[in-house]
Amino acid sequence: MTTTPTPSRPPVPGPPQDTSPTFVGMPTFHRAARAALDDTQQRRNLHHATRTIRDKRSRAVAELPHWEELRRAGAAAKDEALDHLADYLIRLEERLTAGGATVHWARDAAEANRIVLDIVRAKEAEEVVKVKSMVTQEIELNEALEAAGVNAWETDLAELIVQLGHDRPSHILVPAIHRNRREIRDIFQREMAAVGRPAPKDLTDEPSRLAEAARLHLREKFLRARVGVSGANFAIADTGSLVVVESEGNGRMCLTLPETLISVVGIEKVLPSWDDLGALLQLLPRSSTGERMNPYTTIWSGVHEGDGPQEVHVVLLDNGRTHVLGDRLGRQALRCIRCSACLNVCPVYERTGGHAYGSVYPGPIGAVLNPQLRGTESDIDRSLPWASSLCGACYDACPVGIDIPELLVELRSRVAGDRGRTAESVAMAATTWLFSDPRRLTAAQRATGVAGRLVGDRTIRSVPGLGAWTNARDLPNPPPESFRTWWARERGGGTREGSGR
Amino acid sequence: MLEPRDDVVPSEPRTSGQRVALFATCFNDTLWPETPKATVHLLERLGVSVDFPADQTCCGQMLTNSGYGSSALPLVRRFVDVFGGYDAVVAPSGSCVGSVRVQHRRIAEESDDDSLADRVAELGPRVYELSEFLVDVLGVEDVGASFPHRVTYHPTCHSLRMLRVDDRPLRLLRAVRGIDLVELPEAQECCGFGGTFALKNADISISMGSDKARHVVGTGAEVLVAGDNSCLAHIGGILGRWRTGIRPMHLAEILAATEGTPA
Ligand code: SF4
Repeated sequence: MTTTPTPSRPPVPGPPQDTSPTFVGMPTFHRAARAALDDTQQRRNLHHATRTIRDKRSRAVAELPHWEELRRAGAAAKDEALDHLADYLIRLEERLTAGGATVHWARDAAEANRIVLDIVRAKEAEEVVKVKSMVTQEIELNEALEAAGVNAWETDLAELIVQLGHDRPSHILVPAIHRNRREIRDIFQREMAAVGRPAPKDLTDEPSRLAEAARLHLREKFLRARVGVSGANFAIADTGSLVVVESEGNGRMCLTLPETLISVVGIEKVLPSWDDLGALLQLLPRSSTGERMNPYTTIWSGVHEGDGPQEVHVVLLDNGRTHVLGDRLGRQALRCIRCSACLNVCPVYERTGGHAYGSVYPGPIGAVLNPQLRGTESDIDRSLPWASSLCGACYDACPVGIDIPELLVELRSRVAGDRGRTAESVAMAATTWLFSDPRRLTAAQRATGVAGRLVGDRTIRSVPGLGAWTNARDLPNPPPESFRTWWARERGGGTREGSGR
Repeated sequence: MLEPRDDVVPSEPRTSGQRVALFATCFNDTLWPETPKATVHLLERLGVSVDFPADQTCCGQMLTNSGYGSSALPLVRRFVDVFGGYDAVVAPSGSCVGSVRVQHRRIAEESDDDSLADRVAELGPRVYELSEFLVDVLGVEDVGASFPHRVTYHPTCHSLRMLRVDDRPLRLLRAVRGIDLVELPEAQECCGFGGTFALKNADISISMGSDKARHVVGTGAEVLVAGDNSCLAHIGGILGRWRTGIRPMHLAEILAATEGTPA
């Protein structure tokens, strides 16, 4: 079995994550977004779905008068863990090991996939059942297992739809948000037979019929599989417990039926103590599904004889996280509990869907997390910090108070700094020059005034070089004179610099 | 409702004898002079004598949000030099006030100039967006305006989520004589302007703006009012292209209008 040394204490910033093969060569965000905007069916599905969850969330949050306090408590617990990450990870390892679990450390995706595959091979299993997990998507575990001849069955309804549809998830919580019921029925009828129990011939697109078809299809797999694979929402250091929060009960099946359970856990999932769960288990369901409580919360602490999996493995994964941790401002992105509230309130996500973000982490959090985890080498990661109008809705919705707009602006300056001298940087330098002296501004305004007098009352519908604006928007007419000219004439000039109090 | 950000809550209202400066903002000064003019008329009508320090230029927001925060440093320094001596600074732009109160602090803190950081932190709470100044500092909601038209109000993102002006602009508008104020559906949705976002991600920006414009048209309003001319230029540009005849207007211009001097 692979044993990797524990990380040095405190964790030193590691390298960024390698972009997984699926997303190498992704076009810039605005290119991908344009294609998504043309898909009117997807836009309609997304608009409807995000509005529904958004409204539910607002109602669930409004019920708690102390929501702000909870937010602060959640953020504080995550910050405490991140600020002393090495200590809490070592504590977690000790407690897990004492509870009978085996802990593995994985530096990157390849290492984590290798560890999982080694365990599956040692068990001589040909298939695994999976609980919905972002981190195993991040490392592309399914692809790695399949390449080694092991079937990985997704058991969350939406993930099943995505897997059967040979598709990619487009939302953290509702991976098939871009599909409607009719499309789902077609996928079930077309694909289920090849991988297990076929869908009923008379399947309709009624939600209860679709759920029933999935249930029958999956039940065979739950009862047969000998290895379960999961992530974890939280890993509690002081008790050595892993926590999975879910809605459908499929997770409970995967976490309790197979003899062997392997959980891949990002190192930022650690919480200092059991007590921290109090705030976070209130924040997460209300933010993600808009429910007061999620239907299933499974917590396990190592192995219990005669009850549940008798072999429990935990793979603690870095994959770029210590790289983010090394960044004073950027570190707050590691607080993320993947609730997806920021996606549901984002007007940009609502229009582009998740695929345009070129990662398993879409939406506002993806726009800040991906360029931090992977660095800003690729076209997609360089364009993501601009995938926002900075409207701030994400920051207001985030249950752990991640200031996403602040991080976007910071990442923009990193990308702009890396690019060196460009047409844009020259224009920005000129802007600074112009505004550094009011006389220069006044001179520039005189030119605007000349333009304004030339245009008069006519509507400006196109200006060479400004097509991005004028394709769909008229331009405001420049005024004949600036405010400061008016003021100088009407009020006899302003006070001089520094002549205030 | 979320609490205001601790770092941007304006300081306690003052009463009288204040030295008040107008920060016109570079965009208003150059492209929309009617807005700062209206602000001057309105404040003078309310008995506030307002000063326009001519050395003011720009808050630097466009630089900061485009990733050139360090280039904005001279503008941050200029801002405190020009306005540091006033009791209150008022600006007819939620976005620029947001930049001054939130971003200037960060830029100053990241510079090596400790005294600048102190001066910025000290000045920030005295910089007000127009509706904050009227409601919180002057303590008025009825400014004696008259505007007999059907109007709908769009709360711009920075006034709403950075400054938390809340319903102050609506309270001011409700007190206007003759106004027929109609609610804008999905009012809190971003219009899609977002500075350079409007050009860099023009397709998404236009899609967002078109949805906003559709809601505006649906209200049957003659006038769309907001506290930021940049957002108004974007939504108004779409309304204009659609030839709706709906007029975008800044809040200051409606509040300055009276029966004697209609807007
Ligand atoms: S950034 Fe905040 S709102 Fe977005 S998924 Fe993470 S925790 Fe949820």
